[in-house]
Amino acid sequence: MRKMIRELKDKATVIRRHIIKMVHCAGSGHPGGSLSCTDILVVLYFHVMKHDPQKKDSHRDRFILSKGHAAPALYATLAECGYFPISNLESLRKNGGYLQGHPDSSIPGVEVSSGSLGQGFSVANGIALASRLDENPSRVFVLLGDGECDEGQVWEAAMLSAHYKLDNLVAIVDRNGLQIDGQTEQIMCLEPFSKKWESFGWHVIEIDGNNIEEIIEAFKETENIIGKPCVIIAHTFKGKGVSFMEGKCSFHGKAPTDEEMIKALEELK
Amino acid sequence: MDNLLSTREACGLSLLNMGQKEKDIVVLDADLSGSTQTKKFGEKFPDRFFNVGCAEQNLIGTAAGLAIGGKIAFAATFAMFLMRGWEQIRNTVAHDNLNVKLLGSHSGLTNSKDGGSHQCLEDIALMRCLPNMSILNPVDAIEAEKIVINEVYRKGPSYIRMNRLSTPAVNTDDYNFEFGKAVEIREGDDMTIIATGTMVSEAVKASQMLKKEDINARVLNVHTIKPIDKSSIIKSARETGHIITIEEHNIYGGLGSAVAEIIVEDYPVPMKIMGVNDRFGESGDYNYLINKFGLNDVEILKNAKKLIGDRK
Repeated sequence: MRKMIRELKDKATVIRRHIIKMVHCAGSGHPGGSLSCTDILVVLYFHVMKHDPQKKDSHRDRFILSKGHAAPALYATLAECGYFPISNLESLRKNGGYLQGHPDSSIPGVEVSSGSLGQGFSVANGIALASRLDENPSRVFVLLGDGECDEGQVWEAAMLSAHYKLDNLVAIVDRNGLQIDGQTEQIMCLEPFSKKWESFGWHVIEIDGNNIEEIIEAFKETENIIGKPCVIIAHTFKGKGVSFMEGKCSFHGKAPTDEEMIKALEELK
Repeated sequence: MDNLLSTREACGLSLLNMGQKEKDIVVLDADLSGSTQTKKFGEKFPDRFFNVGCAEQNLIGTAAGLAIGGKIAFAATFAMFLMRGWEQIRNTVAHDNLNVKLLGSHSGLTNSKDGGSHQCLEDIALMRCLPNMSILNPVDAIEAEKIVINEVYRKGPSYIRMNRLSTPAVNTDDYNFEFGKAVEIREGDDMTIIATGTMVSEAVKASQMLKKEDINARVLNVHTIKPIDKSSIIKSARETGHIITIEEHNIYGGLGSAVAEIIVEDYPVPMKIMGVNDRFGESGDYNYLINKFGLNDVEILKNAKKLIGDRK
């Protein structure tokens, strides 16, 4: 167990390094919200989900990045899994590039295009309903941003998952507390956040979303919840892992300069 | 012409029949299943029917997910409220070329009494500018039934425009629907009236009136507005020299625009675009509204004579 956790933590560092380099190379993108959800993606792709980068099996578990602006984190994770060569990461946002600024279903491993907030969640519901009809045991994981939860569609979707008792679906909210224009509580208050989900009929698990052990435990807990969907409210730090980006709104959608990249990579070892 | 079922009723029945045959069909509705007629499918196949409540954005997204999961997803509500999910249609359904069939009922002015908020005169324009999207507008119940069957087996997104009211039969039971192919309902070589949906029967009536004045008007039924039958339109322009389009839709962005885009590039001829003259609808009897907005055989006749007279 300890060895596995060590390996996952190392993987998270590798992915964070990719994120910094990708966004720097692209000259634009969203490092803050990519770094905050990296640990969640690592646990999902390297520990929880059944998936095979070589084979698009209908029984695979599915992951939907509803907060599509964290595309760098998803791409780096997919590349580390072997969905496409790591060298392709440099093409992010480039002219004619392989990697679009937001997740695009033309990219191996990306289930659906996303980026317009709220939409991935509904899609995840639809996939979960289809799996149920087919008696397919696969599970669906959907990652939302906390700012994304301002969208009405999120709550339309939240009602549907509970109404249809989608226990094959897990939503994770990257609760980093910041959105483009500032703190979530100042822009559009979300609290009492977990109570909102509870009142919508969800099983709520709150964790430190940058703690690998807690993330593993949370996903384990979701396996035992029958008859209702689970949401993991993952309290994270925007820009996690890079001291001068942590908790900074300014790095929501800004690429690091040359100097900042060097500094960030020194910290991520 | 005999009145048949409305196109929404025909679509509803067709879905019910096809549901028996094709187990991958799923149907979603947003709390209007009685009106859209998807309720029939829902009662027969409750496991494959999902009422999402009045939540159109989620209607589209959930349908998209079901399509990704391998289903043929029909998502229905009033045409007007489907447009509420336009951004969802654009960014998920059309962008990813998903097998989602959008059923927009009560289109045009057919939701007459409910008024402007519930009538839909903009849907063709909004769907036409989306890559990958097909647009189908059945002329009658016979065509509506065949369009649903076609869409069950044709992969990719489409928007099927349905009406509330019973519609005159233009086709006979042996009618063979061909996706993307305009149907020549009447022959003629003096001009062509290119119509879609409810306006086809008005065009036919107008052509009969024109005949008495020695003007032979060809009538084309364009049931597939996208991809549009370019060659039939160019052929008509070449052979008849004058074109009138008519649709129960805003004059901007619909069938008329689609036809104009083709002839202006390939074979310019004098043309008149008939439709609702860039305004919203209002409450009233359907026939009152149609006449008020100039969408009838008499107006076609007037425009036809003007178009030909101007040029003769």
